[in-house]
Amino acid sequence: MLKLFLLFSARDWVLFFIALVFIVAGVWMALAVPEYLMEITDLVTNPHRDGTIGDVWVQGGYMFAFAIGGMITSIIVAWIGATISANHAARIRHTIFNRVGDFSTAEMKRFSVPSLITRSTNDVVQVRMFTAMAIQVLIQAPILAIWATMRILDTSWELSVVTFIAVGALLVILTVLIFLVMPRFNRIQKLTDQLNLVTRENISGLRVVRAYNAEEFEQKKFSDANTTLMRNNLFVNRAMAVFWPFLTLLMSAMSAAIYWVGSWVITTGRTDDPIGFFGHMMVFGQYSMMILFSFIMLIMVFVMFPRTLVSARRIMEVISTESTVMGGETVIEPANLAGGIVMRDVNFRYPGAEGNVLSDISLEIKPGETVAFIGGTGCGKSTLVGLVPRIYDATDGSVQIGGTCIGDMTLEQLNSIVGYVPQRAVIFKGTIKSNVAFGEGLNGAPTDDDVVVALKTAQAWEFVSELERGIESDVAQKGSNLSGGQKQRLSIARVIARRPKIFIFDDTFSALDYKTDRELRRALKEETSGATVLIVAQRIGTIKNADRIYVMDKGRIVGSGTHDELMKSNEVYQQIAQSQLSKEELEGGEARPLPAKKPKLPAEALRKGGKK
Amino acid sequence: MEEVKQETTPEVEKKDEATPEAQEGKAKNFRAAWGRLLRFCKPWTVPIIIAVVLAAGGVVIRLVGVDQVGSMVEYIIAGDHDSVVRIGTLLAILFGIMFVMMYAGDFTTVSVVQKVAYALRKRISGKINKIPLSYYDKSSTGDVLSRVTNDVTTLETSLNFSISTLVASGTMIIGAAAFMFWTNWILALVAIGSSFIGFIIMGMVMARSQKHFTAQQKRIGDLNGHIEEYYTGHQVMKTSNARGVVGREFDELNDKLKSSDKNAQYYGGLVMPIMGAIGDLGFIAVCVVGGVLAFNGTIGFGVVAAFMLYVNMFTYPLAEIAQAAQHMQMAAASSERVFEFLDEEELTDESELTGKVDDIRGRVEFIDVKFGYKKDEPIIKGFNIDIPAGSRVAIVGPTGAGKTTMVNLLMKFYEADSGQIKVDGVCLSDMRRADVSALFGMVLQDTWLFEGTIRQNLLYNMNLPEGQEQEIIDRACAAAGVDHFIRTLPDGYETMLGEKESVSDGEKQLLTIARAFIKDAPLLILDEATSSVDTRTEVLIQEAMDRLSKGHTSFIIAHRLSTIKNADIILVMQSGDIVERGTHDQLLAKNGVYAELYNSQFAA
Repeated sequence: MLKLFLLFSARDWVLFFIALVFIVAGVWMALAVPEYLMEITDLVTNPHRDGTIGDVWVQGGYMFAFAIGGMITSIIVAWIGATISANHAARIRHTIFNRVGDFSTAEMKRFSVPSLITRSTNDVVQVRMFTAMAIQVLIQAPILAIWATMRILDTSWELSVVTFIAVGALLVILTVLIFLVMPRFNRIQKLTDQLNLVTRENISGLRVVRAYNAEEFEQKKFSDANTTLMRNNLFVNRAMAVFWPFLTLLMSAMSAAIYWVGSWVITTGRTDDPIGFFGHMMVFGQYSMMILFSFIMLIMVFVMFPRTLVSARRIMEVISTESTVMGGETVIEPANLAGGIVMRDVNFRYPGAEGNVLSDISLEIKPGETVAFIGGTGCGKSTLVGLVPRIYDATDGSVQIGGTCIGDMTLEQLNSIVGYVPQRAVIFKGTIKSNVAFGEGLNGAPTDDDVVVALKTAQAWEFVSELERGIESDVAQKGSNLSGGQKQRLSIARVIARRPKIFIFDDTFSALDYKTDRELRRALKEETSGATVLIVAQRIGTIKNADRIYVMDKGRIVGSGTHDELMKSNEVYQQIAQSQLSKEELEGGEARPLPAKKPKLPAEALRKGGKK
Repeated sequence: MEEVKQETTPEVEKKDEATPEAQEGKAKNFRAAWGRLLRFCKPWTVPIIIAVVLAAGGVVIRLVGVDQVGSMVEYIIAGDHDSVVRIGTLLAILFGIMFVMMYAGDFTTVSVVQKVAYALRKRISGKINKIPLSYYDKSSTGDVLSRVTNDVTTLETSLNFSISTLVASGTMIIGAAAFMFWTNWILALVAIGSSFIGFIIMGMVMARSQKHFTAQQKRIGDLNGHIEEYYTGHQVMKTSNARGVVGREFDELNDKLKSSDKNAQYYGGLVMPIMGAIGDLGFIAVCVVGGVLAFNGTIGFGVVAAFMLYVNMFTYPLAEIAQAAQHMQMAAASSERVFEFLDEEELTDESELTGKVDDIRGRVEFIDVKFGYKKDEPIIKGFNIDIPAGSRVAIVGPTGAGKTTMVNLLMKFYEADSGQIKVDGVCLSDMRRADVSALFGMVLQDTWLFEGTIRQNLLYNMNLPEGQEQEIIDRACAAAGVDHFIRTLPDGYETMLGEKESVSDGEKQLLTIARAFIKDAPLLILDEATSSVDTRTEVLIQEAMDRLSKGHTSFIIAHRLSTIKNADIILVMQSGDIVERGTHDQLLAKNGVYAELYNSQFAA
């Protein structure tokens, strides 16, 4: 928590100390007002004083001046509090966002995206509200409480006892309430989540619910959650409802009790100056209220405090985490950049995990080659290609591009050479253009021409050109106004537009239908000649024509070669193929499917292929 | 106490998909929304009246008490301690009664509000299952969800606050004013007048602050949106070398939010000091004018003492009412959204329908079926087919060709615009929806399982014959090929499926197949496996589906060549309509859409 305040700028600290001065001044003025009330009381009720009406007005004038003065100091303090807390929050947000920008995929996974979002938004808001409130209240309330207590103790210990009893009662009821209610609050949060879950399930599974005529079943689940929620809510709200009536009781009773005790003090002759004491008694009520309210304010801040502390810790956790993937210093002359990849004895395991995800990977890919990786889920193929753009860093062994260790290259240059397309398309709010011309390549940011060419290659031009505003057309958040296939094609175009030396398609094509898949790969081949291409795929059809196919199983490379070679020799590959291709094709080993437009009967052609 | 209430979400990591309208808190029609809400509260009329009476009663007693405090002060000046004791005792009793009445009133209010919220949630959840699917295909899950939870919660808090506050504060203002005038009209005018001046200043400040709050809300939304996008797309942002651009965008939004934050926080922070100043202003005015009057001997000093309390009792509720008005606005906006949902058109009444297929064989006919999701845009334009019992029908087509339309029509999720769909000669339109769905077993691509044990999920709403349950479940799981997997789990059938589930997509799919086995329906709708399943599991799923569909008329949304080739009938869909049909060989011979699709799949 305290570390977070290191993010205060020097200017904020100066402002803070100015605020401190004004707070003390404000308290002084607030405490002065009742003094003049005492004067007025004395003027009115003390028969031995020969004041005039004019004196009453003068005292009133002082009172008014001090009240206005108090308000002005409060306004200044509010302004300073707002300024400091807003600056501080902005600086925290900036720091978090940049830190997250440094993070590698490992850190993103460790924190999880939703958690990072909450940390950058809600948690910061929490800290900001607390900072502002702390400046306004946390400092003022104790000063006011102590100063006012000193004054009342000076006046009369009998009356002070009344005030202390009131404050004590307030603290007791609040402690009881907090202990009674706090655990339930957490439970209510969980129950609300449960209710959300049941509802979400019902809605997302509507077709199944209706197919199984399970409407009543779902409603019963909801009803159970709803009833428990209501019961807890009732308890908490009924308990909390006691607070305001109790506070009203306390304030009313306190003012009455002060007069009662005061009367007793006067009539039992416990004071030398009964008339002066009466004036003090009138003022006493005011000071007692101030003390009571200071405590209420402090309690409110303390209720906020644990939550703020949690938020602050969560923020600090992000800020103090160093990225595990840092860029190197080496910058290679653009002319010497080549797209060859060499991996030697690479192992990879997640930090803290026992088993290797990748074991003993060694391979060499020459510039311009098209290489594919295939294997079952969890075989490590995506992790393997992820080593190249340093989404993950190898645990052991080395990964080199064009003879340079990728760890030595600057991240900027590495990212310019490598174009990585993830399995799930990521689309940002903006325009088609802003999505495709995103980031910088070897030649800087892509131009409009680059965008159009990339869209054409990615088979996206067809739908983009039909849009009213072409590449300037708006794209909604998460690309929700685009279909899955369209999003995928845009995300492919984004990489093509930057013209990298190495393309990595991490299972990018499975979201496309077969036809688009094929055409896209054909266009890509023409457009990216000379570039190295790495494809991770599920469909044999997608990778059949690769220069080399690596078959992976349980984190190891269990075979490599062309489609035909693997069909003959590799068992894992055969299994995969069997589940996807028809028998006839498999028996032939190298079926020659016909181009779509050939008038011959394709089915027959297929069989011919089989007999060859 | 609002502060304590906010404590409900300490470490929630979840971002709920609340719609922006829900948070803006502006109702389209304030009065209509409240009218609707009050009508809904009708069953609780009696407790509400009791709550109002108790709250008002508590306030009146408090005012009487303050009046007595005034007398007490007079007696002190007169030196009559006995009377002070007498009044003190009376006050103790009065304040005791006041506390009881106020608490009883608030207790009733919060109880009613919770029950109203409960009833609203219940109505909404019931409604969810009474609305046609077409509604959900048009609106987002997040929107419906936020109506059930966020909107009802907002309603709850706002009602809690506004009902009790309005009653108590309203009574207090009127009562305090009445008592003040009754005691001394000059001081009353001074007190009320000075408070009003204060509130005019306050109103001016608030009017200026509103735009800052709106701006702050909007900018928070903008920045959060930006953060969410780029955290989600973190990998792409990094690998695209776009950190610079994105960071600059962020800083711009962050700076804008900073200035809004500053203004909103400032104006928000002004409320307390200004409220305090208004209180002081009234107080000082009463002290000075009261002092002058008392000096003249026009009034006793006890009156001044009583007025010192009255002034606070008058100004504080005014501020409360201003806040309550805000809460009422929020309540109206939420209630509007909740009732909008409750007013959605429900599924047509089908109590008249009597059609039933008794001895099912499984012949399915489409007779001149026309259908469109929008009234004037037909997509299926007159479809005829007669599918013999026991056939395997493959539905194929590129992504987005509308393959689910067939499911929607068969299951009566949507009704055909014209024409008939018959099962064994009985029109679906003559049957109740429940009877139609009883005919079908369904395995969809996005596997739907709920949080609960595996057993609960398998037995989903089905009544199996007593005593044979376990046997039927075992057999179904064996047939679905998921028995081995379940046995490897430490808790077997009692394993909880939930957030920490270690169940893969493929296993989930197998579980839904097992569920369909248990249902053992005469007709089947199957949606074939996805790309997220590895090849070996895919084989398992395939085999299970084959076993499941044996002997049943089945409609298969097919992706796999072997399924398609083995189908008795292939329906080829394109842009919503069925464009070709026939067997694999027939369709290839036709060299049309299917042939093209087929070839593109395996040509490289």
